[in-house]
Amino acid sequence: MTIEETIGRNIIEESIQKIIEMDKIINSVLRIEKVVGNKNGKYFGIPFLVKDNILVKGTKTTNASKILENYISPYTATAVQKLLEAGFSLIGKTNMDEFAMGNTNENSYFGPVRNPKDLSRVSGGSSGGSAAAVGAGYVPFSLGTDTGGSVRLPASFCGVVGFKPSYGMISRYGVTSFASSLDQIGILSNSVKDVSLVVEIIKGKDKNDPTTLSHTVDLTSNLERDLSDIKICIPKIVYDTDLNISIKNSFNEAVDFLKAKGSKVEVIDIPELEYSVAVYYIIAPSEASSNLARFDGVRYGFRNASLGLNDMYRTTREIGFGIEVKRRIIMGTFNLSADYYSKYYSKALKVRRIISDKLYNILDEYDVMMTPTSPSIPPYMGEKFNPLEYYLMDTFTIPANLAGLPAINIPFGLIEGLPFGIQFIGRQMKDEELLAIANTFHESAKKEFEKNV
Amino acid sequence: MYKTIIGLEIHTQLLTKTKAFCSCSTDHFNSIPNQNICPICTGHPGTLPALNEEAVKLAVKAGLIFNGTINKFSRFDRKNYFYPDLAKNYQITQHFFPIVSNGYITIEGKKIRIKRMHLEEDTAKMFHEGDQISTAQESFLDFNRSGIPLLEIVTEPDIESPSEARMFMEKLRNLLRYAEISTGDMEKGALRCDANISIVNLENNQTSKRVEIKNINSFKFVEKALEFEQERLIKNLEANIKMIQETRGWDSTRKETFPMRTKEDDVDYRYFPEPDLPPLILTDEFIDHIRSTITEMPEEKAKRFMIQYDLPQYDAEILTSDKELADFFEKCVKHAKDAKFVSNLIMTDLLRELKENDDEIENLKIKPEFFGELKELMDSNKISSKILKDIFPEIYKTGKSPKDIVKEKGLEQIDDESELRKIIEEIIKENPEEVEKYKNGKKKLLGFFVGEVMKKTKGKANPQKTNEILLELLEKE
Ligand SMILES: [Zn+2]
Repeated sequence: MTIEETIGRNIIEESIQKIIEMDKIINSVLRIEKVVGNKNGKYFGIPFLVKDNILVKGTKTTNASKILENYISPYTATAVQKLLEAGFSLIGKTNMDEFAMGNTNENSYFGPVRNPKDLSRVSGGSSGGSAAAVGAGYVPFSLGTDTGGSVRLPASFCGVVGFKPSYGMISRYGVTSFASSLDQIGILSNSVKDVSLVVEIIKGKDKNDPTTLSHTVDLTSNLERDLSDIKICIPKIVYDTDLNISIKNSFNEAVDFLKAKGSKVEVIDIPELEYSVAVYYIIAPSEASSNLARFDGVRYGFRNASLGLNDMYRTTREIGFGIEVKRRIIMGTFNLSADYYSKYYSKALKVRRIISDKLYNILDEYDVMMTPTSPSIPPYMGEKFNPLEYYLMDTFTIPANLAGLPAINIPFGLIEGLPFGIQFIGRQMKDEELLAIANTFHESAKKEFEKNV
Repeated sequence: MYKTIIGLEIHTQLLTKTKAFCSCSTDHFNSIPNQNICPICTGHPGTLPALNEEAVKLAVKAGLIFNGTINKFSRFDRKNYFYPDLAKNYQITQHFFPIVSNGYITIEGKKIRIKRMHLEEDTAKMFHEGDQISTAQESFLDFNRSGIPLLEIVTEPDIESPSEARMFMEKLRNLLRYAEISTGDMEKGALRCDANISIVNLENNQTSKRVEIKNINSFKFVEKALEFEQERLIKNLEANIKMIQETRGWDSTRKETFPMRTKEDDVDYRYFPEPDLPPLILTDEFIDHIRSTITEMPEEKAKRFMIQYDLPQYDAEILTSDKELADFFEKCVKHAKDAKFVSNLIMTDLLRELKENDDEIENLKIKPEFFGELKELMDSNKISSKILKDIFPEIYKTGKSPKDIVKEKGLEQIDDESELRKIIEEIIKENPEEVEKYKNGKKKLLGFFVGEVMKKTKGKANPQKTNEILLELLEKE
């Protein structure tokens, strides 16, 4: 289902009905929340879903956490406001890893999200609900958030397009902050065209978010690119990583496909990327430990009434937050403490700078960088990993967040019946170039697979 | 011989219309609790700070009038700690790169150096049923103050006595008010002061531990608290009592400091760069523009008063010591058209009343046009200078016009000759013995008759005319 196919029809009730009938097991939608868009808008009648860490006035925003279980949003996020004005209607909020921390969507206070392509497997996270809902065909598109791959990874697992724009493209006003310097709203849908259309509507400078940048090129006007005219680089780390053999094969297939189209593909060594997961897991929890401090039971949200202020703080957060959130708050608090600040946080900022500069330089030379979106296929529900193994699932997606680059997951065939996705990373604030390449690749690959079937 | 070393940390609320990072009103005195709040200043999820340019302008202005270096690159940081009055449980401040470095203020010819000045946000106000958070059954929060822009000013430890600290604060407030950067009102919390003090015994170089005194809320208490602490530290040094680096509070009713916390309980604020705000980059044009908006400062104004109003230096300095006072003076002169007359009246009578009643110039009932009326009443001999002095407190307290008071009380001078003559004739009739003595050469008795006239007219008789008529009548017979 795409926006293009739906335009001019009112499928709001139909979509809601689908969710009610089909979502009991998948668990991708936490609540139906109906906010009807502008009746005169071009897209009136088309529904969308929003990750439950994005605020919409008068509706709950739980962040899939007990601590905000009954929290009612007092205002609407800029991006959602723009979509409503364009005529789109919100029909619900989607499940996620608690406070967007996780990559299998099993860290939700409201239960895990199942993969619509294989119910025994995870949807991926943290925007698992938004990816699964599009994958299940409830809506033509949904909003997620991407801090280290949280849109691209579940998009890859659920077989949909997932785009994280350049940092600053879309206002974060109304998006519950996880790691402010890395967070960005992302779009999940079935085509690059739809993604471009949605970003074109919600992008732009916002007086409520000083980190937004202005972007004037129309993202929808030219989505074709001659694939024989592009230079692609693959970071060597892709081949050094312990990849699932089927993933390696599928990735090579994609490379061959592009080469056959005439693209120039080169493997280059970027040793700096080895540090990106480490840097990410210092910066993101540090910012999170500060961003999540406001959930203290004083002004809103869950409060464990207790004798004494410190006990109230302690028990409210002890009971209100899940294990992964607490783990990251503890890591972040440690990283920022006076004794370790220069050893970890300030060093991580420096390495982030180095990685970013390196990527900017490389992308001056190459049009896009290409990797598998995930080093592994979707795990089974409840499959046991240690946290570090989970964290490594973000190896290929994290660099784009560190450098603020646009990046997109494009479905490319199936592995053992499961979706597989290719990630393209583009130049900073040149999202239109990345989208054109991704669209051309996606459309021609689709044709190719249809031919083979 | 002991040497006292004092450094001050001053927080001043900037006079912006809206808060530092949201568009809520800063008027927290005329509002009911939690009237001027929004999701941003109450720390709701998803909110982001948007910097108020007015606050930046005022900080730059303060940097310029305190002779500081304006940093073209500054940045915001987060100071993390948990407290209910802190909406986000972190305060946005400038820890690593402040907007102003260096600077100084001159006190009686001595430079007190300023180390840095930086922007930050104020906290909410907390009220406890009972008095303390630890024992209160209920506590209440008012977020009207949350997010009001503050400028923190940190001095070098250049201050050498409690009275010098007080003078510094007074001068600082005066300059802040002059440049319309802050109301500088300490009682209302628009200007707050924490003081660091330590003592060195110059004979043996023994040094006391450094003590920080918090919550000092008046100019008087800056001096009193530091005097108390100075004495306490010297006593401790002399008695060789082991001291700890600590933070103490000032109890203004018991007039003493009390322990609040020691270095060991110091919170780790986990400062780090605020990722929600880009660095603050200032251009030369911006700074020059702010420089051009700075109006006349006290020293210039005093010089102008001496020339324009022909006032002695002493008068000019007192009148310009406070911007409101200087403005009031100039308005009065417009009405009275006699600068020395106004200056005398302000310096003696008005300042006395202000001090006795503990009033602020902004709240005066007495109006500038009253000085015009008073001048007119004097010039036309309608009242004597004695009557003027007598009625001034009433004008001050009631705000009634001098003309009305003079009329109501019948205080107008008796100028009418026939009326005066009648009164004087009566007095002559009533005092035949004194008239006899006068005629026999005891001319000094003229004073007695003048006194009688004044007694009878309650001081309203025109003295010159009284003299003339008395002489005429006494000499005649
Ligand atoms: Zn506000």
